[in-house]
Amino acid sequence: MYPRPIPESQPLKRRLYMAVLGLALLIWLLPLVAVTMTSFRSTQDIMSGNYWGWPVAPTLVGNYLQVFAQTPMARFFLNSLLITIPSVLLVLVLSTLNGFVLARYRFRGATLLFAMFVGGNFLPHQILMIPVRDLMVKAGLYDTFYALILFHVAFQTGFATLFMRNFIASLPGELFDAARAEGVSPPRVLWYIVVPLLRPALAALAVLTFTFIWNDYFWAVVLTQSDSVKPVTAGLANLKGEWISAWNVVAAATMIAAIPPVTMFFLMQRHFIAGLTAGAVKG
Amino acid sequence: MNLWRRHRAWLYPALFLFPGVVVFATIIVASAFESLWVSLHSWDGMGPMSWVGLANFRELLDDPQFYTSLKNNLIWVLMFLLAPALGLAIALAANQTLRGMRLVKSLFFVPLVLAPAAVGVIFVWFYDPSFGLLAKLCALAGATPPALLSDERLVTFAVVAAALWPQVAFCMILFLAGLGNIDESVLSAARVDGARGWRLLVHIVLPQLSQVNFLAVAVSVIGALRSFDIIAVMTQGGPFGSSATLAYQMYEQSIFSYRFGYGAAIATVLFAGVAVFIAWYLHRLLRDEKA
Repeated sequence: MYPRPIPESQPLKRRLYMAVLGLALLIWLLPLVAVTMTSFRSTQDIMSGNYWGWPVAPTLVGNYLQVFAQTPMARFFLNSLLITIPSVLLVLVLSTLNGFVLARYRFRGATLLFAMFVGGNFLPHQILMIPVRDLMVKAGLYDTFYALILFHVAFQTGFATLFMRNFIASLPGELFDAARAEGVSPPRVLWYIVVPLLRPALAALAVLTFTFIWNDYFWAVVLTQSDSVKPVTAGLANLKGEWISAWNVVAAATMIAAIPPVTMFFLMQRHFIAGLTAGAVKG
Repeated sequence: MNLWRRHRAWLYPALFLFPGVVVFATIIVASAFESLWVSLHSWDGMGPMSWVGLANFRELLDDPQFYTSLKNNLIWVLMFLLAPALGLAIALAANQTLRGMRLVKSLFFVPLVLAPAAVGVIFVWFYDPSFGLLAKLCALAGATPPALLSDERLVTFAVVAAALWPQVAFCMILFLAGLGNIDESVLSAARVDGARGWRLLVHIVLPQLSQVNFLAVAVSVIGALRSFDIIAVMTQGGPFGSSATLAYQMYEQSIFSYRFGYGAAIATVLFAGVAVFIAWYLHRLLRDEKA
């Protein structure tokens, strides 16, 4: 291991290490800690300018209730779920199909197709903005969930296909040879052999694409207009302008927007990290 | 039925690929090309397009905002190159296996899963010159708090600093994964030979992390060039366009000024810049595939 592990025989050094690292962590997360604390501050605290000290009259749910009662944040939150969940499911289906073919069949143009999926994933969104917006307007999908779902599915399929192809390519080839020898049809191979083995890959992709799509702001402002469709990121940006001096309320709204991806991350941490670093370490 | 039987060997994979390829090709790939086409026109987004050739690009060369955006993109890229370095530093500091380390590491990752829009909201408040934490810290030191987001010279640096927060976390994840995969035998051989500390890092550890180094630099540069969300939330390109990047200027020209042709021209320039890095990435990826 590098750096050399701190040996068990030096408990003092270990404790010192943990203390220093803990302090660094606290500074690292200071903005987040401050927002969390402020989401529990009462208006009284805010009025007296107590933004950073210990909350004098903390309110556990007051600001959150106010967010739900006086802003459309609950609606935005629901919109985000209605956009993100179907998108993730569709990405999983499409990328499994693509990945299976690209990993298990050799044909002319396969490399080109693969390069297209990978390269497209790195495109700056602005080069897509005008045509995609135009397409959605013409199709009558502008300012509906379908516009965002369709775009996110298309875009995320690029990255997801790369990931799935590499995962399926790493499965033992004998499985497929045996299936072919038995004359099992490709859909059955996919469903009965590949999909059961894909569970870790599906989990990793699900949590990653969920985070990417939930956190999108650009397409939310490009493809939606009304509060009944807008996801939580665009809603939060609006709220910040409208509730300019009520930072406790904005902080609570920020927390609400951040909670789903953060929860997903902690629940499925291993998968999240495995997915993100798949290209970094060769297995 | 006979037809199906004769051709099913290739019909199945073709059928499987069909939905994904159609969606990706029509919405992503075709759109990118269409933007190049739109950039050669004058268009308000609704009426007919009229061909103007390279006029949008010529206008760009005389547009002072274009140079400001370009300069800001350069600042973004250069500052984002700190992300791999800082990410590696934190990864080295945190690469221990004591009890509780898993939690510590995952807490370090948290900024990465926050929406850039949320990070922007948090930092606007952090930077506020009257009540932000930065102002409080300046007051403690007896200095006048700078109005970072309304100062034309400082605003881009302030926005990039906010954007670095999640990016450093991203690089840290990559490096921790890389450090976990280091060849122990090479490492202990080097240690037996007396390599220590800095020299061990530079000559033995870093060369083994070349794949991670490459990935961290590539995603940071591409991320810097694509930056939009956090600028839109923190400054809307202001004051007076001084914090706009190409991505933001493109959005503003199209959505607010209805100059879709001009916007597409800006996007094309941005695309040309990113394409170099995409090509570099693909080249390495496909080369590794063959090996």
